[in-house]
Amino acid sequence: MSIMPYLSSPAAINVARSQFGFVIAFHIIFPAFSIGLASYLAVLEGLWLATGRAVYIDAFKYWLKIFAMIFAIGVVSGLVMAYEIGANWGGYADKVGPILGPLLAYETLTAFFLEAGFLGIMLFGMERVGKRLHFAATCLVAFGTLVSATWILAANSWMQTPAGAVIGPNGQFIPQDWVKIIFSPSAPYRWVHMIMACYLATAFMVGGVGAYHVLRDKGNAVARLFFSMALWMAALLTPLQILAGDTQGQNTLAYQPAKIAGMEGDFTTGVQALHLIGWPSVSQGKMLYDVAIPHLGSLILTHHWNGVVKGLDAWPKSQWPVVDVEFFSFRIMVALGFAMFGLGLLSLFLRYRGRLYDTKWFHYLVMGMAPSGFIAIVMGWTTTETGRQPWTVYGMLTTAQSASPITLPEVITSFTVIIVVYALVFGSGILYVLRMMAKPPGYNEPPPAEDAPLRSHGLVGGKMPTNPAPAE
Amino acid sequence: MLHTLSFGLIPVGAPWLPVAFALIMAFIILMYVLLDGFDLGIGVLFALERDPANRDVMVNSIAPVWDGNETWLVLGGSTLYGAFPEAYSVILPAVYPLVILMLMGLIFRGTAFEFRFRAPSEKLRRLWDWGFLAGSVVASFCQGAILGGIMQGTAISNSAYAGGALNWISPFSMFCGVAVVIGYALLGATWIIWRASGPLQLAMRGYAKGLGVAMLGLFAVVGLWSPFLNPDFYHRWFVYPGIYATAVAPLCVLVLAYFFFTHLQRKDVARADKIPFFCALGWFVVSFGGLGYSIFPQIVPPGLNIWQAAAPLPSEQFLFPGVVILLPIILGYNMFAYYVFRGKIEHGAHYH
Ligand code: HDD
Ligand code: HEM
Ligand code: HEM
Repeated sequence: MSIMPYLSSPAAINVARSQFGFVIAFHIIFPAFSIGLASYLAVLEGLWLATGRAVYIDAFKYWLKIFAMIFAIGVVSGLVMAYEIGANWGGYADKVGPILGPLLAYETLTAFFLEAGFLGIMLFGMERVGKRLHFAATCLVAFGTLVSATWILAANSWMQTPAGAVIGPNGQFIPQDWVKIIFSPSAPYRWVHMIMACYLATAFMVGGVGAYHVLRDKGNAVARLFFSMALWMAALLTPLQILAGDTQGQNTLAYQPAKIAGMEGDFTTGVQALHLIGWPSVSQGKMLYDVAIPHLGSLILTHHWNGVVKGLDAWPKSQWPVVDVEFFSFRIMVALGFAMFGLGLLSLFLRYRGRLYDTKWFHYLVMGMAPSGFIAIVMGWTTTETGRQPWTVYGMLTTAQSASPITLPEVITSFTVIIVVYALVFGSGILYVLRMMAKPPGYNEPPPAEDAPLRSHGLVGGKMPTNPAPAE
Repeated sequence: MLHTLSFGLIPVGAPWLPVAFALIMAFIILMYVLLDGFDLGIGVLFALERDPANRDVMVNSIAPVWDGNETWLVLGGSTLYGAFPEAYSVILPAVYPLVILMLMGLIFRGTAFEFRFRAPSEKLRRLWDWGFLAGSVVASFCQGAILGGIMQGTAISNSAYAGGALNWISPFSMFCGVAVVIGYALLGATWIIWRASGPLQLAMRGYAKGLGVAMLGLFAVVGLWSPFLNPDFYHRWFVYPGIYATAVAPLCVLVLAYFFFTHLQRKDVARADKIPFFCALGWFVVSFGGLGYSIFPQIVPPGLNIWQAAAPLPSEQFLFPGVVILLPIILGYNMFAYYVFRGKIEHGAHYH
């Protein structure tokens, strides 16, 4: 069968690409937060069960309400993803379906149902099932979020570094070895880097909220707990994340060298400098306003002073990734990574001096860094995905072959509708979450056994539930 | 054997895995329609029920389970994608605007669950109630219209959709959209009869009666209309041996109608409260069975059947055991979740 470009025009493809990027960049923020929060909630509830200290359950209740919101947004924005693959990328869906379809179906079967099935119990069921079963439900939801991430990252990694499949006579991919597909060469690296990213992003958010409330009331034990736990995470995890990022870079160099060349802004093959900043000019094929450290690029990538690394000139221009976007998004991520690292070191120092809860400027700093993890996540994905261009399945299926036979007006209309709805709905959602975060966490509240359920869910013949709006 | 059992629907020697997946798909879609049907119906009923306290009870009755219900839609999408990629990649572009609209509707109602409790003012809360209603109506309508659009036929060439952007618009698809909105509202009303008490339950009995009558009317229209969409459907329903099925379906509908209407007004026995709900579910099962019977083994009528659309064998072999093992487990813990939240939702809980 001939390879026909399905979409009526390249312009339509570009709009569809922007639409997909917008939708998924939006989606990923919420699951990343859910993955981190679910594990955090499980830890808090576990600590409460183990020690019986009220501060843990207070912290648990505070984040549980926020988790409910974040999770709902994650679910509905994910639903859009599941169907958009077919709607905008029909060519892709048809050809890659035999590989990605089963992976996504397994994700639903093993993860989404688990999360959804026990979410109700986690949110509203404390009174009905008792502490232990409730804790089990929390752990299952947390486990579900990790399983979900595993499948979706396997899917994405396969698209980056395809393995274990061949292209059949009708253009469809035919699976040969599922183990190779699921554990494609970049999958383990991506998994480690992404899961740590979720935990870090959540830690910085929790820490920021903690800092905000510690600033207003130094005695608030729950706020201090947020602040302290988050900064431990930041201090311990950030160095590991940087290490993981470096390892992943080596892996990408081995499997997607053109992506690395774009990321680093290396236009000519040879011994590479590290370009700290500059403007990669695709039309002129070189870096403008370049500020660079000689040899460092080669040293980082090959661990040799004089290592030779391919530049973009090794490929025809038609196979270049989206160099400029990739170059900058990568730098933003790395810069944020080092900023987080610095913050972690500062926290260790202040902790050692016993001034963690008294250093106001540091609290403002932590507040300012609250969204940094999420920004780094979106920047990281932008690097990964724009660096894969012009392929959807690296080296095997191009983006142009992936599109649906839909027309420019259709994509533009749907994109407009999506932007309006997202701005309206998720904009309000984010505002509500911020309002919830602005409320100080209560401390020394009675444990939930005596408390009303989050939302009235009347017991038959039980005691009166309180008003439907959660008691704040 | 397979051949005789299948009324000649399955060609001799056809591979069976696509048939198994077709059945699995049917089961998944049916589960979705039944489960998300009643909770979408609750949203549709916001059009009739305006009392804020009652609305809270209605929403609370589904708050712990709606997410699980909607997950069947995700499973449907991903299984279709994995087992019949060509169907997935043809259907979605063919009904593109409906799909986008449906998703936007689901976004509004999905988030309204949380947002209506978080809205800072009464006015905004009203607005989210409105979003819950509109989102539910739009999503239900689009689901019906998608179904109608697929039923009436889709043009395919080179494994891709070959029609225009608005080919799905027709009297039949619009009718199906309206029918699904009414059907879901009926499911929602009967669910509330089961799960609530007092004035709200009484009001729902009233709505359910009207909606039940409307359902019977819809059955008559669809039954007479759909066989004429496509000569194949006609053949299937009115020529031997299909004529048996033609007789069975209306019979089931009528038997269910008998139980539905006799139990709808029985306020003396609490056990009777759930009968109308299960009768309404039964109606959906019958219509769904009829639909499947009409199109099988086509998956995108008229030109694409399940064997043509099926994924390569290794994909099916990989997915099949997982589905067969995991679906019962999923059903098990979902039932557990329903069991945990059993019982009537307390009324008068809102005078705070
Ligand atoms: C299962 C698959 C999958 C997953 C998990 C992701 N993507 Fe992706 N992405 C695609 C599948 C995909 C795609 C379908 O393959 C696209 C659409 C068009 C294209 O070329 O690739 C794509 C394109 C795409 C683009 C447009 C690139 C361009 O055209 O220049 C951006 C910015 C992102 N994605 C961002 C993300 C982010 C922030 C993700 C983090 C969660 C992400 N993607 C995960
Ligand atoms: C093309 C890419 C993606 C698709 C098609 C997709 C699809 C979905 C769908 C359909 C849901 C809702 C499930 C439900 O009903 O419960 C969802 C939620 C979720 N997704 Fe995605 N997703 C994508 C990318 C990602 C990525 C990259 C990650 C993480 C690394 C991720 C992690 C999650 C998690 C943990 C949830 C659970 C809901 C939540 O925590 O908010 N997804 N996704
Ligand atoms: C300074 C240290 C860091 C380095 C050297 C680094 C390195 C990398 C590299 C090379 C990639 C591209 C992978 C590919 O080629 O496909 C990547 C992707 C990514 N990074 Fe980083 N990173 C760092 C810090 C961070 C931080 C702090 C976060 C978030 C908190 C983060 C989140 C991500 C995400 C979400 C992706 C996309 C997913 C993936 O491909 O794994 N990174 N990173």
